[in-house]
This record gives sequence, C-alpha cells and structure tokens, in this order.
Amino acid sequence: MAKQPKGISYAKYGYLFSIPFVVAYLIFSLYPTIYTAVLGFTDCKGMGNKNWHILEHPFENFKMVLSNDSFITSLKNTIAIWLMNFFPQIVIALLLTAWFTSHTNEIKGKGIFKVIFYMPNIITAATVAILFTALFGYPVGPVNDILVSTGIKDSAFYFLVDRKAARGIVAFIQFWMWYGNTMIVLISGVLGISPDIYEAADIDGANGIQTFFKITIPNLKTVLLYTLITSLVGGLNMYDIPKVFLNGGPDKATLTTSVFIYNQAFSGSYLYNRAAAASMIMFLIIAVCSAILFYIMRDKDEEKLNKEIKRAKKNAQKAARGQSWR
Amino acid sequence: MAVVDKKSAGTIAFKVSAYVFCALLTVMSLLPFIIMIVNSTRSSVQIQQHAISIIPSKYLFSNFEVLKDKDMFSPIRGFVNSIIISTGSTICNIYFSTMTAFALVAYDWKLRKPFFTFIMAILMIPAQLTSIGFYQFMYSIGMNNNFLALILPSIAAPTTVFFMRQYMIPSLPMEILQSARIDGASEFRIFNQIALPMMKPAMATQAIFSFVGSWNNLMLPSILLTKNNLYTMPMMVQLLTGDTYKTEYGAVYLGLLLTVIPLLLVYFLLSKYIIAGVALGGVKG
Repeated sequence: MAKQPKGISYAKYGYLFSIPFVVAYLIFSLYPTIYTAVLGFTDCKGMGNKNWHILEHPFENFKMVLSNDSFITSLKNTIAIWLMNFFPQIVIALLLTAWFTSHTNEIKGKGIFKVIFYMPNIITAATVAILFTALFGYPVGPVNDILVSTGIKDSAFYFLVDRKAARGIVAFIQFWMWYGNTMIVLISGVLGISPDIYEAADIDGANGIQTFFKITIPNLKTVLLYTLITSLVGGLNMYDIPKVFLNGGPDKATLTTSVFIYNQAFSGSYLYNRAAAASMIMFLIIAVCSAILFYIMRDKDEEKLNKEIKRAKKNAQKAARGQSWR
Repeated sequence: MAVVDKKSAGTIAFKVSAYVFCALLTVMSLLPFIIMIVNSTRSSVQIQQHAISIIPSKYLFSNFEVLKDKDMFSPIRGFVNSIIISTGSTICNIYFSTMTAFALVAYDWKLRKPFFTFIMAILMIPAQLTSIGFYQFMYSIGMNNNFLALILPSIAAPTTVFFMRQYMIPSLPMEILQSARIDGASEFRIFNQIALPMMKPAMATQAIFSFVGSWNNLMLPSILLTKNNLYTMPMMVQLLTGDTYKTEYGAVYLGLLLTVIPLLLVYFLLSKYIIAGVALGGVKG
C-alpha cells in the first residue's frame, strides 16, 4: 500500500527526460522561427545590423517578394524541376517495385540492384553537383565525348549555358539521387500488404498486371501519398544541387526558392528582411503540405482501429450465430 | 503443351526485359562514379583528348600534387571538421532522442499525448527555412564560426524521436524497469543501463542516417562558418568550382573522389543496415 503514491510520482520523470528536447527545440528551432517571422516585417539589412525596426507598412517585404520577378521565376522553377523529377521517379520506382516483389517471376540479384540504385542518395549533393558540371563540360566532357564519338551529335553541345538543358540536368540529378530511395520505400510498403490477398488473387487466376493494378496500387495508397508529400517538401527546399551546379543560372533557369533566399541574405546584398519574408512564404506552403500529410497519417491509424473494431464485431456476431445454430 | 510453351516464352521475355532495364539503371547509377575514379588517375591533357575512358592512367600522384599546391582546398581539414561536427551531432541526436522516446514510452504523464502530437506536427518542418533567424540569433550571441551551433540543435530531432518511440514500444518490457526499481536503481540509471542497451539496433540505424545527413549538410554550415579553416567537406568541395581549377580536370575529379571515399566506405560496409533503415522509414509514415 505504501508503494501506491510512489508509483504515481514517476510521472515527473516523463517531464524530466523531455527537458533536453524541449529546451533545445525552444532555443534552436522555435526562437529562430519566430525571429525569422519578425525579421520579415522589419528593415533589417546589411552585415551585423543590430539596429532594426518594424516597418511602417509591415507587409511591405512580403509584397515586394511576391512581386519580385526573380522570386516568381524561382517558385516556378522549383515546382517545374520537382515535377520533372518526380514523375519519372515514381514511374520507375513502381515498375521496379512490381518486378522486385513479383511472386510469379522471381528476379535474381534484387539485393545488389537495391544497393546500387540507392547509392547516389548517400553521396554529398555538393559533390554530385560538381561531378555533373564536369560530366557535362564543354567542349570536352564525358557526355559530349560520348555524343560526338557515337555520331549522335556532330559537334559538342554547351549544355551548361542552355536554359532548358541546365534545368533538365538539375531535374535528372534529383531523379538520379532519389529513385532508389523511393523504390525501397515502395517495396517495403508492398511487403507490408498481407500475402493472403495475393494468394487469393492467384487462386482467382489474376495475372501479374491485374494483381499490380487491382491489389498492389490500392493497398499502397498511403505509402504513395507519404512519398508524394515528403518528396514535395524536399523538392520545395531544393538547395544544394541548383546552388552548387550553376548557382541558379544560366539566366535564372535553375534558380530555386531556397537559392533565391540564400542569395538575398548572404551573397552581396544582405537583404535579411526580404529573405525572411520569402522564407515565411515557403514556410506557409510547406506547413500546408505537412498538415495534409499529418491528417492522412492520423486517418490511417484511426481507419485501422475502426476496421479492427468492425472485424471484432463481425467475429462476435459469427460466434453468436454459430452458437444459436447449435 | 502449347499453353505451357507460351507461358514460358512470356516469362523469358519478361525476365530479359527486366534484367536489361535493371542493367541500364545500374550503368546509369554507377557510370558517373566510374568516370570520376578513372579520370582522377588521368592527366588533364588526356582528359581533354578523350574525356571518357575505362582504362586508368598513372597521373594520380601528379593530380594530388596539383590539389596540394592550391592551399584553399584541404580535404584533410574538411574531413576532420566534418568528423567533429557529424560525430558530435550524431551523439546528441541519438542519446537525447532515445531519452525523449523513453519519456514518451516508460512514463504516464499528463502532457504525454499532446507532446507526441506536437512532435508529429513539427516532423516535416525543415530547419533550412528558418535559417535567416537562426543565423541572426547565432551571430548576435557570437556563435557563428562555432561548431556547437551545428551540433547542439541535434538534441531536438523529431524524426529520430518518432522512430525511437516506434521501436521502443514493443521492445521495452515494463516488468524489467519495475524490477530494477525494486532493486533500488534510479530512473536515470535505468535509462542509461537498461533502456539504452536494449535500443542498440535502432540507435545504430538512426546513427548512420544522422551522421550522413549531418555530413552532407551544406546550407547551414555555409551560412555559419566563414573562416576557411572551419570549412566542412561539402564546403571544401564547392571550392573545386573556382577559377584555379578551370583547366585542372584530373585534379577536380581527384578532389571529388577524396570527398566521396569516406561515404562510399561507410555505404559498402553498412549498406544492409542502411537499406533496411530506409525501408523502415517508409513504413513508419
């Protein structure tokens, strides 16, 4: 009996062990977030400026950013580059998932393929970006070397000054770095689907393609949405590749919002207020995306629970019926 | 019989096309690295004549001499700096995330659920977006050009907490904690000596991702670190785009290779765990 009050007092350790996280979060995340939001309403620019004030028209920076051609271009580029890399990525990842999880046609060497396809994802993006600048070099670069010596092109092509080519290369790099990751996530999603469903489909005589579209895809919905949203959030933050590859060039063709923000604040102009306002605009867009994800994920758990409750009820009914029969 | 033949012909066609496609993707994934490795052993003149080759040459050391002469690019300094930052932030990340997960799993407290909901809500917010405020704040307290500004924020890592919690719920038996309490162990000791060792597999997986993520981080270090002797590896790599290397093709490839070697080693030693970890990441969602 004496133990009872002691047992209750353990609750304080829950708070105690959460302190480091909460303190670090308040200092290094929340405070900078608020600081950024406030800076967006001020006249803070220039290195080491500690004497800044809230603007007379507080939303001036936001208006200026939204009417800034470079920002609009960067937003369009970011979305375009994301679309250009996401669609091929998801199609190829799904194709590989279908092959690698096929019950009827076992593919050998899956493990090695997974290791190879994932590898680009672990390499420093800055290194990858410079490697690709070298690969697409002009007039001598490995890609031009292949194109000219195989006769596909008569003369070397200057990829890095062509707007479309540069943008395409950035999208390709993103695709190249991420398709393996997406594939592994999708495969683990498929492996999570109950094998009973596949067995039933097999008995019903469904072929591989039917199984894939009628069973795999519908059951993979949540994982696909998860992939879509994480990829979108990552895509909206795209910085390393476009920054290091051509610093947003040529002629702003690969300028993304993150590169825009960095350049506003840290290269030359030190327009911290403008950069902060742009950050907050992106913050809102991403917050909406992650809110959608949060909603979907919570929904999933509840759905599972509801299903279980339904199943339990059904079983109970069955059991009851069985008994009354007897 | 005819039916069987048709089926097997279809299977063969499927297998051939699948293997051909996978082989193409393999070439696509590996070729850039192969070109990088081979060209790092070739002279700039050789690369200018033929930028692509599968035969390594013998200019590895002369390329290295070129890299050594230009004092800005120092892969060793970048390596040491990156090791310090990544190790520090990985230790902070793993230890304190496990501790937070322990608070969420082992104890029943009033704010437990709201706290977990909060962690879920901040899961997706990228640190990059608040970098302006972070920089201004660090600058005002003199923490720019200080590695601690890149290490300490890892104490609050919502994704790792989320993962650790998922792993801890089924694998931490409350009976053991209870019996340790009866033996008179303090809660802090219970965490360090019972819960932590049990979490080793999960900690190892998360440590790899934390380390690689910190190692590859570019934006925050390049905002905070302005002194050349503090540059991290990805910042060192950026120097290779400078004018001094315009015609030193072989040296640039070698410089890139030097920055990639540690990651490739880690990857080939731990690829099994890394791929399993990525798969878990997908399921957790």
